[in-house]
Amino acid sequence: MMILSGDPPKSRVLTLLLVVIILALAATPFLFPGAKALNVAAKICVFAALVASYDLLLGYTGSVSFAHTMFYGIGSYAIAIALYGMGPNWAAVATAIVTGLPLAALLALAIGLFSLRVAAIFFAMITLAVASAFQVLASQLSWLTGGEDGRSFQLPELLRPGTVLISKSLFGFEVNGRIFTYYLVLAISALMILALLRVVNSPFGRVLQAIRENRFRAEALGFRTVFHLTYANCLAALVAASAGILNALWLRYAGPDTSLSFSIMLDILLMVVIGGMGTIYGAIIGATIFILAQNYLQSLMGVASQAAGESGLPLLPGLLHPDRWLLWLGLLFIASVYFFPTGVVGRLRKAGGGKSAGGTH
Amino acid sequence: MTDLAATDPLPKPKRDLAPILLPVALALLMIPLIGSTSSWLTLTAASLAMGMMIFIMASGLTLVFGLMDVLNFGHGAFIAVGAYVATLVLAPFAASIQADSLWMNLAVLGPAALLSMAVSGALGLVVERVLILPVYGQHLKQILMTTGGLIVAEQTLYALWGPQIIPMPLPTSLRGSFILGDVAIAKYRVLAMLIGLAVFIAIQLVLNRTKLGLLIRAGVENREMVEALGYRIRRLFLGVFMTGSALAGLGGVMWALYREQVHASMSDDLTVLIFIVVIIGGLGSIGGCFIGAILVAMVANYGGFLVPKLALVSNILLMVAVLMWRPRGLYAVTSR
Repeated sequence: MMILSGDPPKSRVLTLLLVVIILALAATPFLFPGAKALNVAAKICVFAALVASYDLLLGYTGSVSFAHTMFYGIGSYAIAIALYGMGPNWAAVATAIVTGLPLAALLALAIGLFSLRVAAIFFAMITLAVASAFQVLASQLSWLTGGEDGRSFQLPELLRPGTVLISKSLFGFEVNGRIFTYYLVLAISALMILALLRVVNSPFGRVLQAIRENRFRAEALGFRTVFHLTYANCLAALVAASAGILNALWLRYAGPDTSLSFSIMLDILLMVVIGGMGTIYGAIIGATIFILAQNYLQSLMGVASQAAGESGLPLLPGLLHPDRWLLWLGLLFIASVYFFPTGVVGRLRKAGGGKSAGGTH
Repeated sequence: MTDLAATDPLPKPKRDLAPILLPVALALLMIPLIGSTSSWLTLTAASLAMGMMIFIMASGLTLVFGLMDVLNFGHGAFIAVGAYVATLVLAPFAASIQADSLWMNLAVLGPAALLSMAVSGALGLVVERVLILPVYGQHLKQILMTTGGLIVAEQTLYALWGPQIIPMPLPTSLRGSFILGDVAIAKYRVLAMLIGLAVFIAIQLVLNRTKLGLLIRAGVENREMVEALGYRIRRLFLGVFMTGSALAGLGGVMWALYREQVHASMSDDLTVLIFIVVIIGGLGSIGGCFIGAILVAMVANYGGFLVPKLALVSNILLMVAVLMWRPRGLYAVTSR
């Protein structure tokens, strides 16, 4: 229980689900051959960590931030620019880490001090404004960021697919740089999620929950709420930037579409809500469900759209077109906020008769 | 505290003039920086016109927040819907739009704008009932629900009209500029300024001179008290929400004509802009929203002229500066 910080899943089905997901992720390179499966698995790892860090904000402090992709983007761009500019070596990776992470934390500090000081409602609006300005900035400063095209770069020798670490003759599987990178992503994501679990179960995390339930009362008890909220904002930004670094390392690319766009922000929101706010475990469940659906259901939509088009139905082909994926996502989002505010994790915990999940008002 | 006799007039509320002077001072400050008076005048007129349009779009948002503590993240959807609905009217009557007669142009534009307002207002009714009523009083869920609503609305527009940009040409008689000496002021901007000013005055009159306005202002200040006095504030709120949505639709039509194109993504860009305006002005304050809109437009126009590179972040800088000065916005109306 130490590793879970005394906050176990508290539901047999949920535990089973988590174990299956984690085992599947760990065994993906050997179980499911092919690049797509590995890409999906890596994306699940990165987003599980990213969503967990967002859960720290949304689920535990109750503040809605729209700037989370900005921090994610800062991480992505930091490593992309460093590896692009300094060449594929570890010094560049280190540079990216020591510049990207502090930058994200400082920006989070500035936003937090500025907007969390007054009314919590300002926070959502100001983060949205800052994030959109950052997005414009990233696409305009093309000498640095590559503009709309983004930056592709080469990885250090060790992480390249061509590097064979353990040859096939040893275990019957070839472990190359790509698979090593995957495990790096998996391990760091897992560590970050465990660290977040530690944070939310610390006295600090309890104060955050108290602020979520009643900020005024928390303040009256003598907690400096602005300090706590800003601190949580910085922590979330650090994890998000780290997730951004992992994502860019995996994709060998950073661009507006993969790391900054507003639709990623929506994906994160949806994953948190589907998984269950204020549970951290919800992040893993939400990210898994969502990304699997995104990768395998979207193609189904294309088939359905074509079928509707051929049978001459009006309007349906347009509504079912894979590009309209977001439409259904939005409907799903509204429905889940309305009908399942506690998400999958909350439902499972309730069904298991365990302590009811937090995270709702 | 001095004693007041019953016959004495009520003490006048203190007038806070500093925010009003802000855009004036900013405009005057720019004269030497820009150098030429004619370009200054053109830029100032452009800022005022743009500011009025932003004000029309933002006014509903700020009132809804002030009155019911509801932050509608989907407000931008009404703007886009308004613009798209206008194309429905303007496209079949393209001939009258191209005709070189002000009256013929207005005879099409007017109904188009009215239809947009009606559709946006009706959509406001649906949104209020379906998305906002169930999560009333819960900020977190409100933000999430209305964000979801924005996505659905935007994607539905894409599905109905397709993802391409729809051109929306200005009527012939509104093209070109009035030339006064060496100052050129686009005709459409004058019209936008007039409409904006009319809307502002109408809102101010309703708020300050009618019983309805009195109730709305009282509701902004203390909702429970108005309810306790027996007024159905929910119905009042629905009315304000629909009016705000209709105004957003009108703003959308005007903005689309200003840009001469319609695209569903306009709601995203404008949402950010009107949020900044509403924050600067102070949530719930119409006057603050008006000044905020003009300030944002001025910074965009002057900034774009003087330091084009800065234009990207100028709005954020403006917001930071204003919030440093007054952390609750120019006019802090609500106690929240």
